[in-house]
Amino acid sequence: MSAANKEIGPPVIELGVMGWLRKNLFSNLHNSLLTIFGLYLLYILIPPLVNWIFLDANFVGSTRDDCTNEGACWIFIQQNIKLIFYGLYPTEELWRINFVYLILFISGVYLLIPNLKHKGWVGAFLLIIFPIICVVMLSGGLGLEAVETRLWGGLFLTLVIAGVGIVLSLPIGVMLALGRRSKLPVVSLLCTIFIEIWRGVPLITVLFMASNMFPLFMPEGVNFDKLIRALIGVMFFSAAYLAEVVRGGLQAMPKGQYEASQAVGLTYWRMMALVILPQSLKMVIPAIIGSFIAIFKDTTLVLVIGLFDFLGIIQFVGTNPDWLGFSHEGYVFAAAVFWVFCYAMSWYSQRLEKKLDTGR
Amino acid sequence: METDKSRIGSFIFNRSVQGIFYQLITLGLVALGIYYIVTNTARNMLERGLASGFHFLGVESQFDIGMTLIEYSPTSTYFDSFIVGLLNTLLVAGIGILFATIIGFTVGIMRLSSNWLIAKIAEAYVEILRNIPLLLQIFFWYFAVLRALPKPKQSLELYDSFFLNNRGLFIPDTVFGEGSSIIFYLLWLTIIISIGIFIWAKRRQNRTGERFPAFYVSTALILGTFFISLAATGFPVSFEYPELKGFNFKGGVKLIPELVALTFALAMYTASFIAEVVRGGIMAVSKGQTEAAKSVGLKQNLILRLIIIPQALRVIVPPLTNQYLNLTKNSSLAAAIAYPDLVLVFAGTALMQTGQAIEIIGMVMGVYLFLSLFTSLIMNLFNRFMKVDGER
Repeated sequence: MSAANKEIGPPVIELGVMGWLRKNLFSNLHNSLLTIFGLYLLYILIPPLVNWIFLDANFVGSTRDDCTNEGACWIFIQQNIKLIFYGLYPTEELWRINFVYLILFISGVYLLIPNLKHKGWVGAFLLIIFPIICVVMLSGGLGLEAVETRLWGGLFLTLVIAGVGIVLSLPIGVMLALGRRSKLPVVSLLCTIFIEIWRGVPLITVLFMASNMFPLFMPEGVNFDKLIRALIGVMFFSAAYLAEVVRGGLQAMPKGQYEASQAVGLTYWRMMALVILPQSLKMVIPAIIGSFIAIFKDTTLVLVIGLFDFLGIIQFVGTNPDWLGFSHEGYVFAAAVFWVFCYAMSWYSQRLEKKLDTGR
Repeated sequence: METDKSRIGSFIFNRSVQGIFYQLITLGLVALGIYYIVTNTARNMLERGLASGFHFLGVESQFDIGMTLIEYSPTSTYFDSFIVGLLNTLLVAGIGILFATIIGFTVGIMRLSSNWLIAKIAEAYVEILRNIPLLLQIFFWYFAVLRALPKPKQSLELYDSFFLNNRGLFIPDTVFGEGSSIIFYLLWLTIIISIGIFIWAKRRQNRTGERFPAFYVSTALILGTFFISLAATGFPVSFEYPELKGFNFKGGVKLIPELVALTFALAMYTASFIAEVVRGGIMAVSKGQTEAAKSVGLKQNLILRLIIIPQALRVIVPPLTNQYLNLTKNSSLAAAIAYPDLVLVFAGTALMQTGQAIEIIGMVMGVYLFLSLFTSLIMNLFNRFMKVDGER
């Protein structure tokens, strides 16, 4: 009774900046304390970082003596940029790598712009003709000077390994997933064993195996490139992971889809290619891109078998006597580049998920 | 004639006959591939003068290892080096899992906070750490942070008992004196009694509906017995603090910088994935559950303990175990900063010295494979155990 008679004040404002602040940051004592703690955390982390990276950093100069300010010495990155991006690739042949980048960039942009025609053709070009162009342009042939793969390095090598791993592992992964779901016991058993073995071991042991055991497997005289061995290892490893992702999509497919396609008389391969795979792959696109991100990050491991990928080269230029003591700059730069690539992929996947509305 | 033809046709187009045919082809191809690899390998090994087999395991290894949990010297066998590496891997995985869980759960719950700033900080943590390769993070902590620490004389210290410098992290060691074993026996005894109390309390609640504060009683029992027995035996447990003697620390437990950097990086990296798992798990419990629990009059902490957490855990545990497994497998990156784990010691040094590539890599892969399959077995059992009746 008395409570009802008590005068009730106007409701707390929930609009405007003050309202938002009150609702999200200072709704009660507990919340306000948390906010203050968060602000303190940002205060001890952000200003020193910003000072080091931007405000106190050195951007102009050519030797380490030009780094007179307190902050980061970005001259170190600037002076080694060729090494970091292209490895030991001969300078007069760099246009070949840039040309490949250019083709990739143009077709990528074309595919990303909505409502353009002939996207299928561009996609087919990227998947079928572009790899051939890459091999010829990058390693030589058709009148171009040959460049040994031991000269490949830096971000370029990282992109090659990740690209080959991603492009080749998807079809293999799909085949393995189909095999594992097959009604034929021998096929399904073999695929299951294959997938579980690769998934059960760390990539580093796979790479060790690729560099130590593959040469033993081959007949006399056949001695293939260290890069190709690493590529085979990365390819099978990521194919096994993708196979499990694809299998998830296949399992999520309603049984009616299988039955309906069988009822209209489609053979197994037509049913898979025309009805089941297009739908189930679309369902697991976010997970597939997640696997691609994992492959991209995992390419850094090739440095343990002596390939100089992006991280390997940064580690290597850090040991140059002229530039000792700049490991912080190297790692921060590498982290920023990797982060941009991975975050772009995950952002794209989220956008795609929304567009296709497969997340449910 | 015509009947013969159609009989052959129906034989060729018969589904099960086709199936057997395809399987035979697959089997044949796989067998051929294996045969090809085996014969090549056998010939290559013969040429290089390598004997196959595991005899090398009994041979003296003749190399030393920087960090060992068991007795080990260059006169020990290759098998001993395998065990040393395995234990080091398990050590790093164990500590990493502990810290990754703590950080991961904290960050995951922070992301769900109603406080905008806290949620954003947690989101930034997740988005930054999981998009940077683990190896880069390990390098950063090892080369850029721990290697750049001051010398032992200027160590960073905490309470005069924890010291951090470029030689590693020094922490106090516990020394168990005479009579401390009885404390351990009592500790085990009270733990077993507490489990009994929990079972009894649950049965009684099912029977009569009365609740028994099993948690408080058993905590009091365990801690009480522990401290009373400590006092009764005259505190046989003491701490040995690290001390600066000359240029380095003596006493206490020394954690080498490789171990510290690796654990730190593994824990921080895996925590960003665990945070997402935890967030997903809690969000998967529908809001109606909380509302229903409130409407039957449960208190806030009981709602959390009896309604939200059990349901969230069912979603969280399987991917969480997966993350633990990933952490264990990722601990093999130790090789890149020379922490003596299984891969570095056995697939690195031992392989280099003996050249027994197939046996050694087979053993190392076998260890990881065993861990994976064992974990997924446990997971399947867990899923069966946690399955709610009538669920899909």
